[in-house]
Amino acid sequence: MTQRKIRVLIAKPGLDGHDRGAKVIARALRDAGMEVIYTGIRQTPEMIVEAALQEDVDVVGLSILSGAHMALCPRILELLRREGMDDVLVLVGGIIPDEDVAPLKALGVAGVFGPGTSTREIVEFIRSRVSDASAVDASGLAASAVAVGSERP
Amino acid sequence: MYDKAATDRIRSAVRHWEETDVRTAQARLPERRARFTTLSGAAVNRLYTPADVADLDYERDLGLSGCYPFTRGIHATGYRGKLWTMRMFAGFGTAEETNARFKYLLTQGQTGLSIAFDMPTLYGYDADAPQALGEFGKCGVSVSSLADMEILLDGLPLDRITTSMTINSPAAIIWAMYIAAAERRGIPRAVLGGTIQNDILKEFIAQKEFLFPPEPSLRLVVDTIEFGCREMPRWNTISISGYHIREAGATAAQELAFTLADGFTYVEAALARGLAIDAFAPRLSFFFNVHSDFFEEIAKFRAARRIWAQVMREKYAAQDPRSWTLRTHAQTSGVSLTAQQPEVNIVRVALQALAAVLGGVQSLHTNSMDEALALPSEKAVTIALRTQQVIAEESGVANTLDPLGGAFFVEALTDRLEAEARAYFHQIEVLGGMLCAIEAGFPQREIAEAAFRYQQEVDAGQRTVVGVNDYVSEEPLTIPLLQIDPAGYARQVARLQRVRDGRDNAAVAAALARLADAARDPQINLMYPILEAVHVYATLGEVTGVFRRVFGEYQEPVFF
Repeated sequence: MTQRKIRVLIAKPGLDGHDRGAKVIARALRDAGMEVIYTGIRQTPEMIVEAALQEDVDVVGLSILSGAHMALCPRILELLRREGMDDVLVLVGGIIPDEDVAPLKALGVAGVFGPGTSTREIVEFIRSRVSDASAVDASGLAASAVAVGSERP
Repeated sequence: MYDKAATDRIRSAVRHWEETDVRTAQARLPERRARFTTLSGAAVNRLYTPADVADLDYERDLGLSGCYPFTRGIHATGYRGKLWTMRMFAGFGTAEETNARFKYLLTQGQTGLSIAFDMPTLYGYDADAPQALGEFGKCGVSVSSLADMEILLDGLPLDRITTSMTINSPAAIIWAMYIAAAERRGIPRAVLGGTIQNDILKEFIAQKEFLFPPEPSLRLVVDTIEFGCREMPRWNTISISGYHIREAGATAAQELAFTLADGFTYVEAALARGLAIDAFAPRLSFFFNVHSDFFEEIAKFRAARRIWAQVMREKYAAQDPRSWTLRTHAQTSGVSLTAQQPEVNIVRVALQALAAVLGGVQSLHTNSMDEALALPSEKAVTIALRTQQVIAEESGVANTLDPLGGAFFVEALTDRLEAEARAYFHQIEVLGGMLCAIEAGFPQREIAEAAFRYQQEVDAGQRTVVGVNDYVSEEPLTIPLLQIDPAGYARQVARLQRVRDGRDNAAVAAALARLADAARDPQINLMYPILEAVHVYATLGEVTGVFRRVFGEYQEPVFF
């Protein structure tokens, strides 16, 4: 068991600069005791996955309001998988039509949060999903990264 | 407006009333809240009386409509002479699709065009740039070259309508394409009327669609202002925007203060270029948000006109009354729309639109009920436009000018917003002006703070959002959403390739080389070499590419 705080990367992929939601969420998660890294705007999928890897995060929160989520999310999830980070909890927030929610979840997105979601709901969601994983703890994360990494050609 | 003896009597009557009638009423039924506030968090009193506006001087502070300080409106006849322009922002997918939507809107009684561009266009990328992955046509129409602009404007009467274009960092380039498209149809630039948003400061502050660092960005803005003065007397070369500042979470006072402070910054930059104040100030226009707190919004428009008039006349010594008047477009608040029970948004939009009209705006966009979910469908846009028509034709509010002028509450709010804005002007001045304040992150932090505070209030149930944290109903979504044609992207990329293959590439290379030289020389107005480049079909990405190389790209300080 570890005292390690839940580590969250909040990222804004694509060109969309509307960062009100991302900043509000970042601050709410920090106030809830999590370690939050905010990438700033205009991040490519590669930059986001690199930051997630460097910062060894438990959660990646993607904020997209431009409608480009169906192009950007699959790419980010694929890169995370390639880096052996498939156990990272990926959340998507923004303007996401209902019909896109199921495909995103099938790709491995754990939660999709649309307009009107309370910050408390997101905090609770992360706690409920990450507390188990962090009981397994940081060494467990590292082990899975090595395991997946070793399968790569 | 009232003599001192009368206001003293009223003040003591109010005190007496608080101790007697109010106390009795409270004992029977406590008020619903301990403290009532505006949406922006400002305290609201139980009742307003002449004592709350005791310092108001009618002639000095309000005046008549069309007269300094324009608190009561900028025209002597207001909406009795001409209704506001009903201008619905539209754009999606390819130029063909948006052109069809424009033609539809004109047949429905819309009186001006307003073009929304997609993300790659807003960031100066061609549709097929790698950075544009997944963004084509999603938030607006894609325009990568003059060829797209020609299709977008095909068949539209450019000499008779006015067109507003929401474009900022690449504003000079997109404007040049509009001018070039008109000239190719034989319509001279001097008769073209419209607006480019072209407000880069609020991009650094709020919307974040900046490309180049602040200094060269501001130079491009002044180049367009100067070009407009010389060549395009009917064009508003900037729309100084509070809309995005408010949407990012600002309070009404912050929206007012930062927008006007941005306006003063542009005025000073144009003066520094050597332009005469009365040569350019009449073409400066504004764009405010109209949010849900009815009276606060009305007061905001009134305060904006009064402050602008006063500063333009007193500080910048403008002589032409048109330089004193703050002309503004307004748009109902996007962030106030809910994804839950979207039909209820029709009501929100109607109330906001009514506030804009009572606030005396010159043009208005009403949001569609489905915009928390997607770009609006044709049906939803039509209802939004009809909302304005009902206000104009049926409600009677357009029959008289500034009908809420003199209301104690509205005048007290107007005074308070002005005072709060002036306090911000002082803080910005202490920081060394707006550019320094932006680089220090001052307005950005103030806005982020207000946004967070608001979200906390909603989460805690201190503010009710109908359908979101109260009056919730679990109903499946029943309104149809707009679908963007997925084949549009391939068509756009193919057209772009045909443009690159079919043009005179030597002429393009030469024009881009001249543009690069001009960019390095701050004495040259860049509008002329930009026009030359777009005329030979240099693409948007190629022109901004020149500027990215010469000016560099801006990286903002990251904080939350």
